[in-house]
Amino acid sequence: MNILFFAALREQLGCAQCDIALPLPASLATVRAALIQHFPQQADLLTQGRALAAINQNLINDENAVINSGDEVAFFPPVTGG
Amino acid sequence: MSAETNTGTEHYIAVQQADFDVAQEYAALRNNNRCDGAVVFFTGLVREMNQGSAVSGLTLEHYPGMTEKALQQIVGDACARWPINRVRLIHRVGTLEISDQIVFVGVSSSHREAAFDACYYIMDYLKNRAPFWKKEVTGQGERWVEALDKDKQALNKWQTCDD
Repeated sequence: MNILFFAALREQLGCAQCDIALPLPASLATVRAALIQHFPQQADLLTQGRALAAINQNLINDENAVINSGDEVAFFPPVTGG
Repeated sequence: MSAETNTGTEHYIAVQQADFDVAQEYAALRNNNRCDGAVVFFTGLVREMNQGSAVSGLTLEHYPGMTEKALQQIVGDACARWPINRVRLIHRVGTLEISDQIVFVGVSSSHREAAFDACYYIMDYLKNRAPFWKKEVTGQGERWVEALDKDKQALNKWQTCDD
């Protein structure tokens, strides 16, 4: 599955997106754990609270939320607009 | 880069690099509007000092698509909560300098209470839910702005004074 990154997280991971092999559907928690395994050096940046998650461009607070094949998934730091 | 969306006949939401003209925005809230007795608007500007350092400018990044969707959701929620008629919401992205305008939120309503509250609500939710990120240029180099607890806590007032 493809995952998008924005802002500080994109810079710290060194990529705007990455491809992770994972059977779907999977929970957000599972995807987050896979991402942490993929970027072990930056594990602390990807934990819940440090990295927010969006599924299909909706902010998701529930780590049990289900990600299906074809969903657009993104991780990014807490927002600072306004 | 510009994304303009109409959430209804009376609302205008835009994410754009270009600056905006407050007089034009105020006129759009006011013109041909016989039912409203109140217009409240807020503008956010680039400040010289932030989080203890002198800032010389900043870059605003966003998540194209999601940002517009989040702003529409926030404006829709405000409209469901208060009897407001027109909303104009503009947020800039890209490179900005000190004193540049970042954001405009304007609300019209029959009476001032709803306009004040809805404008404040839209800004509080935008600060927490709309995917924008500021990167500041300081004397020590560039740095991403940290999200503040006070912005998160600002949402509490809308969750408790409701019922």
